[in-house]
Amino acid sequence: MLLIYCPHCGEHRDEEEFHSKGQAHIARPLDPDNCTDKEWGEYLFFRKNPRGLHHELWIHATGCRKFFNVTRDTVSYEIKEVYKIGERPSVVATAS
Amino acid sequence: MSQKNRLASGGRIDRSKVLTFSYNGRQYKGHLGDTIASALLANGVDIVGRSFKYSRPRGIVAAGAEEPNAVLQMGATEATQVPNVRATQQSLFDGLVCGATNGWPSAESDMMGIFGKIGGNMMPPGFYYKTFMYPKSMWETYEKFIRKAAGLGRAAKELDPDLYDSVNHHCDLMIVGSGPAGLAAALVAARSGARVILADEQSEFGGSLLDTRETLNGRPAAEWVATVVEELKSNPEVLLLPRSTVNGYHDHNFLTIHENRTDHIADKAPAGQTRHRMHRVRAEQVVLATGAHERPLVFGNNDVPGCMVASAVSTYINRYGVVPGNELVLMTTNDHAYQTALDWHDAGRKVVAIVDTRQNPKGDRIEAAKSRGLNIIAGSAVIEVQGSKRVRGVSIAPLNASGDGLSGSVERLSCDTVASSGGWSPVIHLSCHTGSRPEWRDDIIGFVPGKTVQKQHCAGGINGTYSLKAVLEEGARAGAKACEAAGFGDAAKGISLPLAEEVREGKAMALFHIPHTKPTSRAPKQFVDYQNDVTAAGIEVATREGFEAIEHVKRYTAMGFGTDQGKLGNINGMAITAKVVGKTIPEVGTTVFRPNYTPIAFGAIAGRNCKELFEPERYSAMHKWHVSNGALFEDVGQWKRPWYFPQAGESMQQALDRECKATRDSVGILDASTLGKIDIQGKDAREFLGRVYTNAWAKLAVGKCRYGLMCGEDGMVFDDGVTSCLAENHFLMTTTSGGAAAVLEWLEIYHQTEWPELEVYFSSVTDHWATMTISGPNSRKLLAELTDIDLDRDTFKFMDWRQGNVAGVPARVFRISFTGELSYEINVQANYGMHVWEKLFEHGAKYNLTPYGTETMHVLRAEKGFIIAGQDTDGSVTPIDLGMSWCVSNAKPFSYIGKRGMARADCIRTDRKQLVGLKTRDPKVVIPEGAQAVDNPKQPIPMTLLGHVTSSYYSANLGHSVALGMIRNGHNRMGETVYYPQADGSVIEAEICNPVFLDPKGERQNV
Amino acid sequence: MSDIIAPTKPTAEQGASAASIALMDQLAGPAVRAESPLYNADLATKARQGAKTGGVTLQEHKLLGHLVIRGSQDNAAFLAGAQAVLGFDLPTQPLTSAESGALSVRWIAPDEWLLIAPGREAFDLENRLREAMSGHIAIVNVSGGQTVLELSGPDARAVLKKSTPYDVHDSNFPVGKVVTSVFAKSQAVIRRTGEQNWELVIRRSFADYLWLWLQDASAEYGLVVKD
Repeated sequence: MLLIYCPHCGEHRDEEEFHSKGQAHIARPLDPDNCTDKEWGEYLFFRKNPRGLHHELWIHATGCRKFFNVTRDTVSYEIKEVYKIGERPSVVATAS
Repeated sequence: MSQKNRLASGGRIDRSKVLTFSYNGRQYKGHLGDTIASALLANGVDIVGRSFKYSRPRGIVAAGAEEPNAVLQMGATEATQVPNVRATQQSLFDGLVCGATNGWPSAESDMMGIFGKIGGNMMPPGFYYKTFMYPKSMWETYEKFIRKAAGLGRAAKELDPDLYDSVNHHCDLMIVGSGPAGLAAALVAARSGARVILADEQSEFGGSLLDTRETLNGRPAAEWVATVVEELKSNPEVLLLPRSTVNGYHDHNFLTIHENRTDHIADKAPAGQTRHRMHRVRAEQVVLATGAHERPLVFGNNDVPGCMVASAVSTYINRYGVVPGNELVLMTTNDHAYQTALDWHDAGRKVVAIVDTRQNPKGDRIEAAKSRGLNIIAGSAVIEVQGSKRVRGVSIAPLNASGDGLSGSVERLSCDTVASSGGWSPVIHLSCHTGSRPEWRDDIIGFVPGKTVQKQHCAGGINGTYSLKAVLEEGARAGAKACEAAGFGDAAKGISLPLAEEVREGKAMALFHIPHTKPTSRAPKQFVDYQNDVTAAGIEVATREGFEAIEHVKRYTAMGFGTDQGKLGNINGMAITAKVVGKTIPEVGTTVFRPNYTPIAFGAIAGRNCKELFEPERYSAMHKWHVSNGALFEDVGQWKRPWYFPQAGESMQQALDRECKATRDSVGILDASTLGKIDIQGKDAREFLGRVYTNAWAKLAVGKCRYGLMCGEDGMVFDDGVTSCLAENHFLMTTTSGGAAAVLEWLEIYHQTEWPELEVYFSSVTDHWATMTISGPNSRKLLAELTDIDLDRDTFKFMDWRQGNVAGVPARVFRISFTGELSYEINVQANYGMHVWEKLFEHGAKYNLTPYGTETMHVLRAEKGFIIAGQDTDGSVTPIDLGMSWCVSNAKPFSYIGKRGMARADCIRTDRKQLVGLKTRDPKVVIPEGAQAVDNPKQPIPMTLLGHVTSSYYSANLGHSVALGMIRNGHNRMGETVYYPQADGSVIEAEICNPVFLDPKGERQNV
Repeated sequence: MSDIIAPTKPTAEQGASAASIALMDQLAGPAVRAESPLYNADLATKARQGAKTGGVTLQEHKLLGHLVIRGSQDNAAFLAGAQAVLGFDLPTQPLTSAESGALSVRWIAPDEWLLIAPGREAFDLENRLREAMSGHIAIVNVSGGQTVLELSGPDARAVLKKSTPYDVHDSNFPVGKVVTSVFAKSQAVIRRTGEQNWELVIRRSFADYLWLWLQDASAEYGLVVKD
């Protein structure tokens, strides 16, 4: 069970206080009506499933109810970084 | 029977406390401090079970968690039956009742044994897979016999009478294992001021120090243990958990500990006490000081009772004062095991021979053996044991220098006990739980913990460090390092470790499998995994059949699959695999371990989350009234909602018919408090609603309510409800009862991640308001008696809300309807819910005010063709599919959630499955919900399915059944007939119709 | 029909004005019986007839006024307004609380606080806060939706350890700290109010479940109910 730092509460909390909401940084297209089916399909359904660093969206569901981003290693489950919505990650996968 | 193997003195048992226990129906005596195993050995009980496959008699082999054979069924009553109890770990108490798990009809004389004897070669590995797989239909029959014969133990057939619970902990240091390394680490950590938890599976702290004859500071090691434990006990920041197995090591230093609180006292926990407690620990740093398990050697008939692991023999002698035999032959690959011969000799029994596989052993312990005049036979091995129910003797033969062949003639020795030692395997299980791969070390001939991302430190035997002095130093060092990492500075300062004796040891020999005069396949069985009857020959067969990867060998032979998880046998099995395939052990690799380390009671996993605490039951403010008035309840999420209110002698259908008619004829009342309610404030509230609902909100005036549909980005309906404009910047949204939390999170995710610029705040007020709906033609008359609100039909219109007092309580009243009748939804602060509800009944009697539950609500709304999100929708239905295009506004400038999804090519097909009404040809027949429609019921199977029935009821008001369902292209097939074939072969015929069965013009709600 | 959205864009000052929000005094007169969330547990009788000594004491502080206050810490008028009405600052440090007299405020999130006040004062407080504040704010009366339990005594901490995964050790949970966390299979706002005193704010619909849970978790220490 993960121990997750909530950037709003300023503390590590147990995973059971959080919900994972999947991949982070999936922006809703600004003009959905002019998206092609392919573009819209990619926004809706296509997600990364990396081995290694992954940026995820979490909510501190039973705490402050705020969303934030987590950079997690999907192999070791290490959390490399936690950052607020609107911020960019500083730990990113090196291009291979 | 007397305790013939009990020594007159010595050990950590209390000879003044005699305990009586029953094993296989016979009474035996033991002492306080005994385990079942030590007491059985004291009484000379040789056989504790029959083996899994060959049904060979088996005896106690080890003295701890690694015991593969002495796995018993325990329990004095049916309710307290416990399977898979390791006799080596279960403390003895007076009145304990246990028996062999396997052995049918009894362990001593066993029917399967005969099969095993003659059938040795008839049961190769994979036997069960190969033999019992066909015909498939017979598997259930086979399984019954296999299970009975295999002895997997049995669960109690009665309710477990005991309590279990769990406790959460946080600490700076979690130390696993209280042997010399763990104690040294704990001492350092405790003095640093850190919060420490020390857990050990044994009944006492001390680990190997409890059964060693080595000294510390020149005194028995146990004295040092007692001093350290005293100091730890007096420290309020140290939690000591004896009888507590750390069973799981999970991500981010989360550990689960299974504490056995009363199993050492009695069959059933004393009243009010929990039998087991699960400790859920989040540790800043972890010190693993789990020690090592000694490996037995693999040789012919090495499973005959009397064959034991060398160190276990020492443990029984030194800790329990039990010598488990009279004449010992010790076979060893290393110096350490000589201690067993010394202990045996010093206990006054005969050491027949020490058979050392090494050519020229040298070391302090060897000298000690020589000085006692013990017979050391170097460069030899025990190749085979004689005896069946107990060892009678052994065959020994000289080994060649590499240990893979014999180099001389076979000699026989008479003895009743064979102790063997092939070296030690570090107990690395916990470090594997988090995904760390173990690493092989040639110098210690074992796997040690590999690289890990956990904040983990290892000390002592787990590192392959075995000399007491080094173990203590390593423990203190690990404790200090962990403290420093946890922010407790230079903790090691000022700690003086006790002085340990230095014992010079010669090099151990890497030998696992003892050769025989015959090839392995023809030699007497050489067991690797006792519990699963895996032999060296079996592993050879597996590799010959192409299963060379260790994970395949494991699955093919079942090695390591037992309740002992291969603690004794796995390394030997890997070594044998490596030898057969011509690789080294690290090349073959190891299987990894998963939680739990030892089996654990289901009760401990459940904790207090059972019976009425299994799942929270959420109640409305009027719940007690419903109970008092005979409601039956339906689970809606965690809510208990009244389902219907049967009167004396009524069937469910009769109750529903009465509730439905009373509502349509006069007035009914529903507790709607469970509806999700979200208070929305902010100047952009209206804009936000327009983005999350499919319909328009720009012009909804203050004082008005509107129904809305919510879709996902894929265009599929996921929730619905009425939202009211309370003030220009203030709305009250309602959601389905089950969808409340999800909708609030949905609003928040869009607000926080997509549109943070919108000024709006959302708050759940579900629990704050008690909501009751009165519905029916007399609802206005009833409400008028209790309120100061002007209820005039033309001023307080349908889809309006008003504020006023109801029964003396400030209320918001919403004129909205889910029944199609004139309805008022009354909202008051929940503290007044019961008061208002009761006042309504005081005044409602003359109108036959009738409480109804969710079932009547469902019937009444189905008569009107109103959907229930989650029942008539399943995540694949658009508003258009529901025939609700009136609730979709594509003129809104913002591309609301669901709009683009609904525009996908697949969503605008006209032949999608669409929601329609269904009227059965026979008006009395109610189509089962879920039934699938077909055009031609006589078509061959598999039939072409058109869609399923989503809602179906009998309508007392209409005198016929009503159903809603999905039909492909249904909106264009009004009046056509479809068929619902049933499981019993009958077919229900129905006509596709408008889903609004009652009052299609909607006049009733406008009265 | 035109559905063009033209949301009125009031100024920040107008946005917080009472007219744009439906204010409502939700309290009935004293003659009307109000039932707190644990009404049916009949704690008064249990207090009279139950154990008088034990390791854990439980009391419901019922029918108090609960106001959720929302606003941005960047909005000076919001913070100043709160200070003016409450007489003390909203605690902006995460996981802290502040109190004075009968008023207490818990930090819930960076833009959310829970004010608890005597039940009869809630409506007046809401009005005064709204008047004193400006900009984008929200105040929501949730008095009927939750209740306050006080858990005290030498074994109160042990009961908490059975109930929440949060670390309740002195070093992590000093007096005055407040956290929202998992509590049994529900959740609670937990505040430490004294050496051996803990306040739980729980939701109404879970109250009976949590009452069962707390009785069970306290049983081994002896539970005293206080009215």
